Amino acid sequence: MFVTLSRIIKYGFQNFLRNGWLSTATIAVMILALFVLQGLIIFNVLAKTAITAVQNKIDISVYFKSNVAEDEMLKLKKTLEDFNEVKKVEYVSREQALAEFQARHKESSIVSQAIEELGENPLLASLNIKAHDPKQYISLAAFLNNESLQPLIEKVTYAQNQVVIERLIRIVDTARRGGVILTLIAALIAVLVAFNTIRLAIYTNRETIGIMRLVGASNNLIRGPYIVEGILYGLLAAALSFAVITPLIGYASPYVVNFIPEMNLQNYFAENFLRLLGYQLLFGIILGVFSSFIAVRRYLQV
Amino acid sequence: MITFQNVSKIYNKHSVALDNVSFKINLKEFVSIVGRSGAGKSTIVKLIIAEEKPTSGRIIFDSYEVNKLKFSQFPKYRRHIGTIFQDFRLLTGKTVFENIAFALEVEGRPQKEINEFVPQILNLVGLNDKMQSFPYELSGGEKQRVAIARAMINQPEVIVADEPTGNLDPFNTWEIIKLLMKINEMGSIVILATHNKEIINTLGQRVITVEKGRVIRDEEHGRFILTN
Repeated sequence: MFVTLSRIIKYGFQNFLRNGWLSTATIAVMILALFVLQGLIIFNVLAKTAITAVQNKIDISVYFKSNVAEDEMLKLKKTLEDFNEVKKVEYVSREQALAEFQARHKESSIVSQAIEELGENPLLASLNIKAHDPKQYISLAAFLNNESLQPLIEKVTYAQNQVVIERLIRIVDTARRGGVILTLIAALIAVLVAFNTIRLAIYTNRETIGIMRLVGASNNLIRGPYIVEGILYGLLAAALSFAVITPLIGYASPYVVNFIPEMNLQNYFAENFLRLLGYQLLFGIILGVFSSFIAVRRYLQV
Repeated sequence: MITFQNVSKIYNKHSVALDNVSFKINLKEFVSIVGRSGAGKSTIVKLIIAEEKPTSGRIIFDSYEVNKLKFSQFPKYRRHIGTIFQDFRLLTGKTVFENIAFALEVEGRPQKEINEFVPQILNLVGLNDKMQSFPYELSGGEKQRVAIARAMINQPEVIVADEPTGNLDPFNTWEIIKLLMKINEMGSIVILATHNKEIINTLGQRVITVEKGRVIRDEEHGRFILTN
């Protein structure tokens, strides 16, 4: 058993080295395949971050009439917080609103003068509501526009932002769905190309496999070295494609920040280095072993 | 030792390779199977090494009923037979030494035995200086001697040779036949499928003549006779 295993490993390495060009070509194709897979992982992380960033920008605000008492506003806040759809409700009192307003316009003396001349706080207290899913704003807006709340509420911003929100919902949905489809297609192509390359490499050995069968070799002894070769392909391709990706990430990171300020690609890569490398190795080895296994099986029928 | 009982091999109704063939080959015999191309010689060889299954009939080898062997039993069964082909069928990616060693490795024999036996057998076939060569570096005659060394190294009960001299010049042909005779003297059954008249007539051994899938002659000290 041990003797056979050590021979299988030895022959795997031997075939790999003696067919140097074939191994190199196969690994080159696998590097491309793994490169695509890795690219897809990163693309999906980017897309997710971008989508979340857009979602976080969407909210609706409810402005209360100036005569509404604070505890009534807080009561509505409490009611909203109990809704499943609601992620966060932020209460902004009139004083807070004024302070924020003044801070924002502290450079403009006209604005501060105007407020001083007014003599009272012109701003309204508001609730700032964020939902888990942008689609849920429609039902929240419907609730807030309800008759029974009309005495309290001056205005709900949903109506004026409705078009923008709905458009964003559509973009987010399309981006998500498109990402999934694109990922599946690209992954499938990458896997098929790698699979076929390995099959072709083993096709050149079909006679050898038949001869081994006629000499009385067991299937394990015949298949084993090809599986070992598959593992080697996977390991080397994963390591090499990672060696290509690492500097590329460093190069691309500053450009990505321009598009998605929330995304620090280089940090993400550094934090998840082992996990990404692990995926890569796993993909590579599974692809190599699986392809070898299937390809050899065809020629073992003698 | 090897028995064919009413064996037929029909690929389709236009192609009957063997038609109700029966014969028995005893221990230590040297049997030649002769016939024209397409007469059924190669089919007999393929049936013996279980590369093909008979359509009907029984093939008995020792305790094996070859026609009933399962796929998973083939490797173990084939280790009892050494096979030599017209086209040599060496493992092109392995050296001469490794090609011969492979026949021992399939049985799981330890490396020490392999290192001891392979040079001995290479000495016997006169190739000990080519141990580290690859098949593409050898001549036809040398390749066939490697194939013979591989076939005989685990001392099988039977050596089956299918047109082993078909690709060789007269000098190499006789070298190969002499080796086969030597193997036979060492105690193995040798089954030689050939259409080389000169070899058959010189050997003076048992000859089974097949024509159109049937055995038409089976003589103890046969000669090469084919009717027109």
